[in-house]
Amino acid sequence: MISLLPNSTLLLASGAPDITALDKFKDFVNRWSVPQYSLPLFCILMFAAFFWYRKWTKPAIFWPLMIGFTIVYFAFIPLDDSYASILKKPDNVPISMMVFLTLYFLWLGLRQAAINDQNMEIGKPLIEEDREDKVLCWPDLVYSELLAMVLCTVVLIVWSVLLKAPLESPANPAGPPNPSKAPWYFLGLQELLVYFDPWMAGVVLPGLIILGLAAMPYIDTNPKGNGYYTFKERKFAILTWMFGYLILWCVLIVFGTFLRGPNWNFFGPFQVWDPHRVDPLTNINISDVWYVVLLGGKLPENILVREWPGMVLTVFWLGALPVLMTRIGFFGRLRSQMGFSRYYLMAVLFVIMLLVPVKMVGRWTFNLKYIIAMPEINFNL
Amino acid sequence: MLQGVINSIRESQVWSSIFRHGIPRDRRTRVMAIMSNVFLHLHPVAVRKSGIRLSFTWCMGGLTFFLFIAETISGVLLMFYYRPVVEYAYSDIIGMRAHLTLGIMREIHRWGAHAMIISVWLHMMRVFLTGSYKPPREFNWVVGVILLVLTMLLSFTGYLLPWDQLAIWAITVGSKMAEATPFAGMAGPGSNLLQLPGGIPIVTPYSDAKFLLLGGESVGEAALLRFYVLHCIAIPLGAATLIAVHFWRIRKDGGISGPM
Ligand code: HEM
Repeated sequence: MISLLPNSTLLLASGAPDITALDKFKDFVNRWSVPQYSLPLFCILMFAAFFWYRKWTKPAIFWPLMIGFTIVYFAFIPLDDSYASILKKPDNVPISMMVFLTLYFLWLGLRQAAINDQNMEIGKPLIEEDREDKVLCWPDLVYSELLAMVLCTVVLIVWSVLLKAPLESPANPAGPPNPSKAPWYFLGLQELLVYFDPWMAGVVLPGLIILGLAAMPYIDTNPKGNGYYTFKERKFAILTWMFGYLILWCVLIVFGTFLRGPNWNFFGPFQVWDPHRVDPLTNINISDVWYVVLLGGKLPENILVREWPGMVLTVFWLGALPVLMTRIGFFGRLRSQMGFSRYYLMAVLFVIMLLVPVKMVGRWTFNLKYIIAMPEINFNL
Repeated sequence: MLQGVINSIRESQVWSSIFRHGIPRDRRTRVMAIMSNVFLHLHPVAVRKSGIRLSFTWCMGGLTFFLFIAETISGVLLMFYYRPVVEYAYSDIIGMRAHLTLGIMREIHRWGAHAMIISVWLHMMRVFLTGSYKPPREFNWVVGVILLVLTMLLSFTGYLLPWDQLAIWAITVGSKMAEATPFAGMAGPGSNLLQLPGGIPIVTPYSDAKFLLLGGESVGEAALLRFYVLHCIAIPLGAATLIAVHFWRIRKDGGISGPM
């Protein structure tokens, strides 16, 4: 799918002179940034961050990490033209802001969670527990609000003076730019189009995100962790939500904005966006796997017969898996604590969310295209 | 001298008709300052100290609201110069850039919109991390989720208005999704199964979800007008209403959350 030939090899082939250590490093990053490597890496990183949240959130560890990351993030602007052109595009600036603010606030939240969790263990009060009485809103609150407004205004004005709002050539309904991208906050969904058809990526999944978010307070019956930062008391809720938000939403936005080039091909951060690159697609459906690869025959005519393997898988995934999960101790306890309807609503939303990475892995490992392929009625899953 | 002027202003009939309390220096006048002002009395008179710590709320809800106001003001200014028709839209934007001294209103409006998206996400993340969606605040979280969607739709509808390549193709990509709505979109699963007796299809390019959104088969004149009206009137009104509900509910649900 993705050309694994490093840039520097190409350079060599064309007789270009020395490859520096920097080029080697860039090649390395380019090769590892393709989703099939980097997404699992991001997942590992996220789970590691939550596993060791009490360690790295100490300011003495976090700030060096954050400063180091910042330096690396910006250091490559003068060192690489493609990287610079992506990062300096005015409309991409918000994505960098999102990256840094999300990391910072994740730290701020987890730091307090770590302190609170520690305090609870040794019987000390939470950060949020006030010994004193209430304070008056005037001046304590209104002054900080005023300050926040002034700061925000200043930031906005400076930002607006420094960066012109982009304006491209006039709309031309006959000439789509390549790549055509949705606004950045929807690029996670556009990235999902690589793996799912538009009815899933653009309608069903976003619909379920909204529905799932709205249903969350009614699903999550854990009475603990209400009104204060904690991780220990809400591990499952926090890990699930953060996986959705950090990996499936934010990371995919970063991919969509920074790393998807012409024809929606994937380009490493230091790769030139080559509009002529063609990534051959040899994707296969579950029905092909079953009838052609495994049984060595041909696809049946009748679409229901043809697609039964995928339909069985889907019914299993959505219908049976939530039930089977209750065999696992943790989900079993959830089932009895939450009751029937809450548990199954949660579990079905949960397995649908898992379907996203599962299908990605299917694509990366055996070029899976559709689990159920019924183009006759536009139903491809 | 100066103190004298200030004092005489403060004692004047005009001043005391507006602010019906003395300078907020003691407890009584501070309480009055909050209670007798229609905007400030969004706040309770007193709050728990931890609830207003910056590291607790990150001020993100407040910033989102402030950005909403900044967007409203800069947006109204932009409306003076912009006409939502295909002939003028693009050149009005060019004109704004060329002819207005200190013309950063468009920049403020665009970057403010991006910032608002980020701040509303971060606000949601903090509400999630503090577990503040739990009882009794479940409903206010749901109101928040609708606000989240409205914030993104505001940004999305605004994206089309400059009528440049970026605009129409981003919206084209976005509205392709509407076409794929199950049953209701032309290319959506099952739409070709919906037929009137005699095999007359119900869902056609002229009657599907995308047509409803764009007022046409592709992003054109009608879409521009639709998005303009949604962007400047319908969604802001909806968002403003829900923000009012959101704030009112914060107070009714017992103020900013804290440990029981
Ligand atoms: C236009 C968008 C929004 C505005 C202007 C807004 C504004 C605010 C403000 C000013 C607060 C006070 C505390 C704070 O600043 O954190 C607040 C609290 C709250 N917001 Fe929002 N919000 C918005 C969107 C959302 C969203 C997207 C959610 C969740 C999905 C949400 C859920 C809540 C909840 C549950 C509280 C109560 C938190 C507590 O008591 O600790 N809001 N909101």
